Amino acid sequence: MASYGLRGQGWVAAGAIQVARPTPTGLGSRPTMISVRELAKHYKVHRREPGLGAALRSVFHRRYDTVKAVDGISFEIAAGERVGFLGPNGAGKTTTLKMLSGLLHPTSGEARVAGFEPARREPDFLRSIMLVTGQKQQLLWDLPPAETFELNRAIYDVPPAQFRETRDELVELLQIGDLIGKPARQLSLGERMKCELAAALLHRPRVLFLDEPTIGLDVTMQTVVRDFIKTYNERHGATVILTSHYMDDVAALCPRVIVIDHGHLTWDGSLADLARKTRPEKRVTLRLGQEVPPAQLEAIGGRVVRSEGTLAVLQVESGEMRDVVAAALARLPVIDLNVEDAPLEEVLAELFTRGRAAS
Amino acid sequence: MSRAAELKRAWPTMLRVGFASAVAYRGEFLVWLLSTNMPLVMLLLWSAVAKEAPVGRFGEAEFIAYFLATLVVRMLTGAWVGWELNFEIRQGTLGMRLLKPIHPFLVWAADNLAAQPLRALIALPIAVGALLWVGSGQLSGDAINWVVLPFSIFAAWLITFFANAMIGTIAFYWESSMSVFGLWMGLYFVLAGYTIPLELLPPWLLAVARWLPFRFLLSYPVELILGLVSGRDLWIGLAVQWAWVGFFFAAAQASWKAGLRRFAAYGG
Repeated sequence: MASYGLRGQGWVAAGAIQVARPTPTGLGSRPTMISVRELAKHYKVHRREPGLGAALRSVFHRRYDTVKAVDGISFEIAAGERVGFLGPNGAGKTTTLKMLSGLLHPTSGEARVAGFEPARREPDFLRSIMLVTGQKQQLLWDLPPAETFELNRAIYDVPPAQFRETRDELVELLQIGDLIGKPARQLSLGERMKCELAAALLHRPRVLFLDEPTIGLDVTMQTVVRDFIKTYNERHGATVILTSHYMDDVAALCPRVIVIDHGHLTWDGSLADLARKTRPEKRVTLRLGQEVPPAQLEAIGGRVVRSEGTLAVLQVESGEMRDVVAAALARLPVIDLNVEDAPLEEVLAELFTRGRAAS
Repeated sequence: MSRAAELKRAWPTMLRVGFASAVAYRGEFLVWLLSTNMPLVMLLLWSAVAKEAPVGRFGEAEFIAYFLATLVVRMLTGAWVGWELNFEIRQGTLGMRLLKPIHPFLVWAADNLAAQPLRALIALPIAVGALLWVGSGQLSGDAINWVVLPFSIFAAWLITFFANAMIGTIAFYWESSMSVFGLWMGLYFVLAGYTIPLELLPPWLLAVARWLPFRFLLSYPVELILGLVSGRDLWIGLAVQWAWVGFFFAAAQASWKAGLRRFAAYGG
């Protein structure tokens, strides 16, 4: 599948639908912070069948497969944007983040971040960015986070006054004043993630890569982390790129999403547009005064997706909405009626299933 | 600001945080102390052997002095970067270090060096105790030996650190880098003078061991303390020791750079 992606497009070579997308509001005049052209990362993976015979054969003759983790993606991100990378497991999101933060060398293509080529890992580049992952930590395990902060101040050579100001701001925003004196190993997962974020931002990076920052956190802590990221972005104009499996993270934080599937960029636009284009139907939830036979439900139009006692959920094309609602109110004992878009998780599941079928 | 100037500013904080880590790892420190008790075992063994008749020029008092000096030098030249490298490469946590604008070797060096004051706290009373026990007659009376000793101990630490780092980087290429550590330690036990003074080795083995890096990790500083080396041999020894520092520095750097390209190519 040919892949090309430019800012200002919606679907990108994902089939017949091509929808123009306006440049994100208010960011048109901002300078480009990240520019990616035909970026690819291919791995050669040793392949071996199970069993002793295959093990012996592999000593003399090795077979390799090429895995195209990222296969020629292009996009641009303006300074101060918050962009979500979406895609199923193994789609190439984390590989892309690692290439953009200089941890992986691309097989081909070009990436520029804050004016630098990430793979060269120049000190000034490393001072401009930070990658926070929910899976790996930088806090010194047996020492209080305050010591990691101090170490980072020295390593990034942050002037003392700026360090105190940034640290105090982060401590206040994340409410970690009483945590930074306790050894990191004694903190809960959520507390540790808040301290990780603070440690990552002390040198005020201009670009922040977040790889599953809320993984394993409870709902309250997810909200705290989410709110913090948004506030930090708005206050300091840092560019934020986020990957997450929690759709709420992406919905709350990212006006723009980039969908990567099987190493290809398949969507670059707003999440709302993506949902509308993928699943144009709406959900009508009916609470009824009494149970009705399935035939009576089906007769009013749309498709019944759930029917349990006095609760019924119908999936209805936008164009038929008026007729279906009118029919429901006229022919069914409706107590309450609610119309909404399909849940984002479902929209994405459908999108990724289509991606698998297409490939 | 140049990178050297930046490093100079960062170094005191790195050492301070490293010291805090060493203090935090009290339990581990205690285990480490117990694990370095081999010279004490050897001391008991060899001094019992020498009770009847001296072995070469080593009588009971000489063995006691030798293994106490060994214990002190071993404590002051410890480095464990190889284990950390091996672990972080395999777990992929090395990536977090690569995001920082400083060479990870420098961070580990600060970390390892910062533990030295705590070790000195243990090593110095032993050194003083040993002096009182065996009498100052066992120690070198030559001032040159004592002037050279700090440079030699520092060189021994550098060789230990870079050899450790070099072996640790093998994890970039090979899953069994820890077995190379096993091999290295096996040779160290015999060829560094850890379990037997080098001059008691068979002549053909001594001829080789005199020039191998292992002698300069441990035996050479011990020889300085006890006055077993002097004159021209002392200066040749010091020159060879620093040549090994250069070799392991270059080898660790080369292996790190090549390994990093691999890490960057395959992920982690």
